Amino acid sequence: MSELWQHTKLIRSKNAGPFELTFDIMFKDREGFDLVQRSGRLSPESISRLYGVPVGQVKFFVLKDLLAIKFSIPRAAFSGDVNDTDAYGGQFHGPLTTLKID
Amino acid sequence: MPGKEHVRAVAASGNLSTGFRAESLRRAVSGGADFIGCDAGSTDAGPYYLGSGQARGPREGVKRNTERILREALAAGIPVIIGSAGYAGGRPHLHWLLEVVREVAKENSWHFKLAGIDSEVDKDALIGALASGEVTPLEPAPPLDEGVVRNAQRFVAMMGVEPFQRALQAGAQVIVAGRSSDIAIYAALPLLRGIPPGVALHAGKMLECGAASVAQRLYADCMAADLDEQGFTVEPPNPAMRCTPQSVAAHGLYENADPFRLVEPGGVLDTSMARYEAVSDRAVRVTGSCFIPSPAYTVRLEGASLVGYRSIAVAGIRDPLVIRQLDSYLSGLRTVLEHKIRDSVNLEPEQYTLTWRVYGRDGTLGKLEPETSLPCHEVGLIIDLVAPTQALAAEMIPLIAHAGLHHPIPEHNGLISNLAFPFSPPGINVGPVYRFCANHVWKLKDPCALFPMTLEDL
Repeated sequence: MSELWQHTKLIRSKNAGPFELTFDIMFKDREGFDLVQRSGRLSPESISRLYGVPVGQVKFFVLKDLLAIKFSIPRAAFSGDVNDTDAYGGQFHGPLTTLKID
Repeated sequence: MPGKEHVRAVAASGNLSTGFRAESLRRAVSGGADFIGCDAGSTDAGPYYLGSGQARGPREGVKRNTERILREALAAGIPVIIGSAGYAGGRPHLHWLLEVVREVAKENSWHFKLAGIDSEVDKDALIGALASGEVTPLEPAPPLDEGVVRNAQRFVAMMGVEPFQRALQAGAQVIVAGRSSDIAIYAALPLLRGIPPGVALHAGKMLECGAASVAQRLYADCMAADLDEQGFTVEPPNPAMRCTPQSVAAHGLYENADPFRLVEPGGVLDTSMARYEAVSDRAVRVTGSCFIPSPAYTVRLEGASLVGYRSIAVAGIRDPLVIRQLDSYLSGLRTVLEHKIRDSVNLEPEQYTLTWRVYGRDGTLGKLEPETSLPCHEVGLIIDLVAPTQALAAEMIPLIAHAGLHHPIPEHNGLISNLAFPFSPPGINVGPVYRFCANHVWKLKDPCALFPMTLEDL
């Protein structure tokens, strides 16, 4: 049983402008990258479920050369709006770190 | 092999207020730089600065950093290009930074031609552009119509390279601009010198965060890039830091929704075919990016409107019986408060926003929190109230705090105190609350149309 963070050297979230969040996942090595890819646990569909956004709104990028996965989703609340919880968007990656891989 | 055109661009820092090492800037410029650029703003901190017109300081720090940049540039006889003045780049922000520059010049008896480029949008012009279809929404965008525009505090448009180029061609040695594309700050001069747009814009992307594209950023610092007709080479001037092909490529991901396509006013920078090669153990050569011109020239529009005024109270809850029934406790409290607020200040629930921010449960993620259990032995509660005036918010917050303190639970019979307030008084007035009210683009025939320039000889 492993969780996503055990295969990565960086998992982060950040604003991509005030209306979108973007997530960068950098892997330690090709083995971990391939393992996570094969597991199917990190996909537009899983992100859609985890963050409650329609799958059509998940921009998902697999960067093989960089051993990285990147995805972007619209913000439920715009940055700094009355009901926002995280103006910089820097903590939304939390649930992703412990995503079950195998 | 480098072509005949060559430009050395220096980024003083990722943000003018964050700073850099003076010796790094000196080293970068002593190598024969063509200009020093610096970004001074962002939307990252939310809508407050744009809405309020407040510049983000500290002023002393910004002044010291500006002085260091000007000292190196004037000694070397090269231009200084600063974009997104005062953080939000509105008119008050621009004037704030121009005043800092004038002050620095006067104190040092420096003389140069100063350009100020305004980016604050005239509301009547914006309403006209909305009506004629020149302003269109991006995805996702809040609704924008004449009423929203009239009620908003301020709008800015994000300039591309052209207003900077006009200032350079007018002989400005120091350019202070309102809201700017970060990349345009660094691409304007190289493009004038004949560097291809794919190279100039991609180098701009690498420079705009200062030393952020190094393998291990130890602290905020400078970055330098050498641009030619085929590509560019980035190398941090500080010998304690280094760029690797992976660190430079990875920086292309940072804060972009799409890692390969960067939308700029005149087109799209496509980095999908970019190659990153180590030139040394500290320098990276980047080639293969291209620029795809757009059929229309568009600039992004940013706006902020006032929502209300915030007062908060911070409290801890340690009683396990209260924590166990926190939802019903808080919803019961809300019902009691709706009556109390109506009775005491004559406000209906739709006239204010009362939010329970429960740290230890979902304070950080809100509705996105997948963990629904409450395993903790204490929670932190921020009682967050946004009301129509600060005076009302200030009156209501002690009322809410007091009602919360004594709101009953069935297991305790008798008057109880459920909230631990660390401060006396429990309430804190936070000030005005703003909202980003535009995520739109404005189609322009003249890229300089929204960006009037003033020139002065200091």
